[in-house]
Amino acid sequence: MFRNQYDNDVATWSPQGRLHQIEYAMEAVKQGSATVGLKSKTHVILVALKRSTSDLSSYQKKIYPVDDHVGVSIAGLTADGRLLCKFMRTECLNSRYVFNSALPVSRLVSSVGNKMQYCTQFYGRRPYGVGMLIAGYDLQGPHLYQTCPSSDYYDCKCMAIGARSQSARTYLERKLDSFPDASLDELIGHGLLALRECLPSDSELTSKNVSICVVSANKKLDIMDDDRVQPYLDQMDNTKGGRRQDQEEEQRAADDMQTEQEGQPLEPPSDQGRTDEDSMEH
Amino acid sequence: MATDGFYLTSDPLGAKCDKKETTNMAIGRTLRPIVTGSSVLGITFSDGVMLAADTLGSYGSLARYRDLSRLLKVNDTTVAAGSGDYADFQYIARLFESLNIESDSYCDGHSYTPRSFYSWLTRVMYNRRTKINPLWNTVIMGGYHDNKPFLGVVNSLGVSFEAPTLATGFGGYIAQPLMRDAYEKNPSMSKEEAQKLLEKCMTVLYYRDARSWNKYEIATITTDGVTITGPMKLEGNWEVANYVRGYD
Amino acid sequence: MSSIGTGYDLSASTYSPDGRVFQIEYASKALENSGTAVGLRCKDGVVFAVEKLVMSKLHEAGSDRRIFTVDNHVGIASAGLIADARKVVRRARNEASNFRFMLNEAIPIEHLIDRVSGYVHAHTLYSAVRPFGFNLMFGSSGPEGPRLYMIDPSGVYWGYFGCAIGKGKQAAKTEIEKLKLQELTCREAINEAAKIIYKVHDEVKDKAFELELSWVGEVSKGFHQLVPEDVFAAAEQFAKDAVKETDSEEEDL
Repeated sequence: MFRNQYDNDVATWSPQGRLHQIEYAMEAVKQGSATVGLKSKTHVILVALKRSTSDLSSYQKKIYPVDDHVGVSIAGLTADGRLLCKFMRTECLNSRYVFNSALPVSRLVSSVGNKMQYCTQFYGRRPYGVGMLIAGYDLQGPHLYQTCPSSDYYDCKCMAIGARSQSARTYLERKLDSFPDASLDELIGHGLLALRECLPSDSELTSKNVSICVVSANKKLDIMDDDRVQPYLDQMDNTKGGRRQDQEEEQRAADDMQTEQEGQPLEPPSDQGRTDEDSMEH
Repeated sequence: MATDGFYLTSDPLGAKCDKKETTNMAIGRTLRPIVTGSSVLGITFSDGVMLAADTLGSYGSLARYRDLSRLLKVNDTTVAAGSGDYADFQYIARLFESLNIESDSYCDGHSYTPRSFYSWLTRVMYNRRTKINPLWNTVIMGGYHDNKPFLGVVNSLGVSFEAPTLATGFGGYIAQPLMRDAYEKNPSMSKEEAQKLLEKCMTVLYYRDARSWNKYEIATITTDGVTITGPMKLEGNWEVANYVRGYD
Repeated sequence: MSSIGTGYDLSASTYSPDGRVFQIEYASKALENSGTAVGLRCKDGVVFAVEKLVMSKLHEAGSDRRIFTVDNHVGIASAGLIADARKVVRRARNEASNFRFMLNEAIPIEHLIDRVSGYVHAHTLYSAVRPFGFNLMFGSSGPEGPRLYMIDPSGVYWGYFGCAIGKGKQAAKTEIEKLKLQELTCREAINEAAKIIYKVHDEVKDKAFELELSWVGEVSKGFHQLVPEDVFAAAEQFAKDAVKETDSEEEDL
């Protein structure tokens, strides 16, 4: 990599007015596995791709609970993310203790932004090498914020960060208009499809490597792993455009030679009799 | 003194402004309130909350200041009524002002609810009392938010509770029974009935409480916001004084 | 640049042989990527207009605002690193709040700007910190009348009648000079400010942007606030029409 004398610490401006250490920290976010967040008028969700270091290890947690109304997914240095989550928990608890009410999400994000800024200006510090998607619900509805190592933060309609997340953002941008009125199931479906765009070529979404987090009004933060994720994966695979669709079609064709379904696209599974509440059961 | 520094509004616990106490120095504390306000009253009615307080600031038994407002509009949904040390109440008013400016500066559309203002004040009062340096007040907070009335009280010890009718000080003995009685008989009284009840209580207090005064204000909090009316005057009938025996 | 590689430009606490502090100059470079912001001091108040460049379609409208409120009567418009700006805004809020608590009075803008610029200047004195990468415009109204100041990364501040910061500041200054600021009211100036932002916006280089407008003065009862929706819509329309007009005039020529 090209080396220059202006990139050694965060207290030095480059002649172009850039802060290389911050830019490098932004790269750390791209090393982390992908996570996607999106929201409708009623819900905000996070989906995240977990990694394991070997077959013997478990999958590293990606989504952290902060308060009943806030969940966070991280990409980048996990330890930095956990530290910031702890800070956010303290802020939320403080609000409940002092004001007897949940901390508005925008104020939570601005306080974590202030904390992160310090490390972008002081010699001997390094910026937090983590990007976060903060999903929260308050009196003004659902919110999704993105934070960066530069300590910038953005109020988002939807967002994807982490490795290969550009393709997820392309997906989200394409489907942007359908999110506000989407049901929870549809929202999670979109989230998983976007997340799938970020997969390395030889892997697929499984109940082991996917986490889903749902935040909504009057309902406590819900983080789903393992078996609780499976129904959503099944649903996605059966949906038009699912990755396993081709295989399943072949299977079905083999099972059912007589019918004329061969080569026809599959019908999406019926959603009838299935409500948001049902799908959250475990 | 440990808490001589002002409070940061976002830090009512004072964690960040605590100066180290100088060792071997005698510490002075407020041992009694100086200029005081007597009872304040609060009641919930069908679609709002009403608070009442007279306008007297007593200096001991001397009726020293006779035109002090003890009803503080905190924001468009909340009013605080303070009894006890008037200077401490003014200090609390300043705390509320800072808190509001800080909150407004975020420009995010959020504002505190009556309940969160109340919760915040209980933290301040309790925190001061654990420093053995209490604010010498009993404050009733009334508000109307989300189509629900709110009425709570907190005292200098940080003791706090909510109730549909509240009275502080001498009013706790004189007015509270009257208000409870009226409330139990008619839990959803109209605004006019509530006002009449408070007027009656203020009258009785004026007769019985030697630290009371015949000018008072009333704050009404409904969906339409806060209105503070007054000062109104109570016309006493002191003919009864003729029946008092043994003091002349 | 002759400074590069000399080793005299690596720290805010190092002078170059010809007496410059390059780190401050470099910090100013950060402003060149930032959207333009304009501040106008008119006869009854101060107005701000900001060109907020939209980085992604996935962001909400109104995200990442660059206009801040410090106290009832003081507003800030910023260009440059937004995170740096937020930090100093927070500092300014504390200064204003402390003053109000102690003196029971709104902080005079002269006092506030002096305190805040001292804080900014302190970041140019030590090798342990970097100078701030922003310009901040302070607008206020008070008993002394409307005031407009601008702080730069060196901690220097000046008072202005009209001020522009960010990438389009040169073009914007030319536009401001055409205005008779002492005769304008806030209501008129907000349209002009919006127009300037639309005019200096570079459609080729930067695609999308959002307009932010705020004012402080008699029109807002002395409070700094984002302008009401109807005023905003009118100003935006005025700006679009004006830009369209000049475009067609150019075509005619």
